[in-house]
Amino acid sequence: MKKMSQLRIFRKYWMFYLMMLPAIVLLLLNNYIPMFGIIIAFKNINYADGIFGSAWSGLRNFEYLFKTSDAWIITRNTLLYNSGFIVLNLVFPLSFAIMLNEIRSRFLAKLHQTIMFLPYFLSMVVISYLVYGFLSDQHGYLNTSLLPALGLEQVQWYFTQEVWPYILPIVNTWKSMGYFTVIYMAAIIGIDDEYYEAATIDGASKWKQMTSITIPLIMPIITIMTLLQIGKIFNADFGLFFQVPRESGVLFPVTNVIDTYVYRTFLTVGDIGLSSAAGLLQSVIGFALVFFSNWVVRRINKDNALF
Amino acid sequence: MEAAEIEKIPSGSNIKNQLSLPASLGINIFFIVYSLLCIVPLILIIMVSISDESTVVREGYQFIPSKFDLAAYQFLFKDATQIFRSYGISIFVTIVGTSLSLMIMALYAYPISRSDFPHAKFFTFFVFFTMLFSGGLVPWYLVYVQMLDLKDTIMALIVPLLVAAFFVLIIRTFFQTTIPVAILESAKIDGAGELTIFFKIVLPLSLPVLATVALFQTLTYWNDWFLSLVFITKESNITVQYLMYKTMLNIQFLANNSTAAAAIIAAGGTFKFPSETVRMAMVVVGIGPIIFAYPFFQKYFVKGLTVGAVKG
Repeated sequence: MKKMSQLRIFRKYWMFYLMMLPAIVLLLLNNYIPMFGIIIAFKNINYADGIFGSAWSGLRNFEYLFKTSDAWIITRNTLLYNSGFIVLNLVFPLSFAIMLNEIRSRFLAKLHQTIMFLPYFLSMVVISYLVYGFLSDQHGYLNTSLLPALGLEQVQWYFTQEVWPYILPIVNTWKSMGYFTVIYMAAIIGIDDEYYEAATIDGASKWKQMTSITIPLIMPIITIMTLLQIGKIFNADFGLFFQVPRESGVLFPVTNVIDTYVYRTFLTVGDIGLSSAAGLLQSVIGFALVFFSNWVVRRINKDNALF
Repeated sequence: MEAAEIEKIPSGSNIKNQLSLPASLGINIFFIVYSLLCIVPLILIIMVSISDESTVVREGYQFIPSKFDLAAYQFLFKDATQIFRSYGISIFVTIVGTSLSLMIMALYAYPISRSDFPHAKFFTFFVFFTMLFSGGLVPWYLVYVQMLDLKDTIMALIVPLLVAAFFVLIIRTFFQTTIPVAILESAKIDGAGELTIFFKIVLPLSLPVLATVALFQTLTYWNDWFLSLVFITKESNITVQYLMYKTMLNIQFLANNSTAAAAIIAAGGTFKFPSETVRMAMVVVGIGPIIFAYPFFQKYFVKGLTVGAVKG
């Protein structure tokens, strides 16, 4: 095909550009213009002069960020929680899918799947209420019924730091279980039955079938799901870390993540420079991580890579 | 169960390859326990909401309280103006947001799905890149508040969620893989313009993917509270989710907004209302529609996810 000039392309496909126009405008407003806004992190913003008129401050915002203990805490929390979530979102839904697939009654399997999916549909606000119902210091079910019944001391959950590194992963896994289970389940159902028949004839145990047929065959979907999450490892689920701990300040050392920190320093404290610096750090490192993890996957198996 | 039914059961179901009875029983029990864990928190909330306030204060939140009472709901609906208004806003935002976003995303996905469009690659990357990199909360916020001046408007609850790169790419892939190029070409020979082809041929053939994306967007819009948290300060524009959040944070918020409180005081009563149970009643009222839509939703969600997973 001969190369067309840009003008001829535009004339031939003008309707396409018109069709894409609304989305282009929205992407520019919502995504691309804010990308240029990262210069705010290098400026000493004052509203009178505007973003472009304000004086440059070099790396002072970053210096300030790293002088506080916050930088270390929020980075550690974001990375540790998200790494944990990635592992939990793989191990539990995958084993649930494999087990669910062994349930003989189609009706029961469907029923469990339906019920398991329910938490996925609830907003984080609702989830925070559900958690509160159990953990409320005064009236929560654990403190008023369960713990006394077991002869244990009451716990002031919203003031006890040590328990949250367990509570948050439990809540997160509970909410997303149905979603990931369905995805893995669909992949498993797609596997040709003949593999299993042949394996049975060779006398392979269930465990052996799982490790040498099921898991290798659904590896592509496992890789993609994991890659998508690794790409977002620097973006915490704002709702989970903001709503569920009910903004208890005592818990910040174990619940504050980059997203909640950026939100609070910007909209509660009003420090534009500091929160932009943290936000930029998050974007840049996140970007690098997507590329790195994609590169690793490409080296192992090109077909499984995201791009 | 009939043989035909059993045959439909996926892999590992041939008779020779069954789990032993104890193992099978174990798995069944395991899933019953887990399913219970998924609904028990909701039951607790519902039970508290229909409990008597003083019983709750005395006994704590109970699955089976010793005394039931509907005072919490009576209080909420004595002046339900705010609730109804919030419901209205949530419903409006969800319907308008979902339909607009579906249309805008499909209109963008179609050209980039066409292999003969020379700029398809560029515009695919243009949307994909937004998944990789973002400017962060601060500049994003300033665009909406300072540039567009959308603070405290319903538009601020709709516009930011209209285009999701991930869904655009899913729709594009669907167009590419399921709509035969031959159909498009023959339509063109018959003299149909691109817009006619898109609306008369492409969209009707793509109902499965459009339905899936519509469901996900419905859920996104209905469950969103972050945009309200960031952009909305006026009470008239508060969504159901945000109303729940405010109630959770501070029960006084509800009291302040309710003329019921004023009425009680005016009647000479001391201002006392069932605060613990009202909180939980509020969340039951808030969950309402999604629970009713849930079984219907779930069916299509699974279908949509399954299509995506198998295509992988």
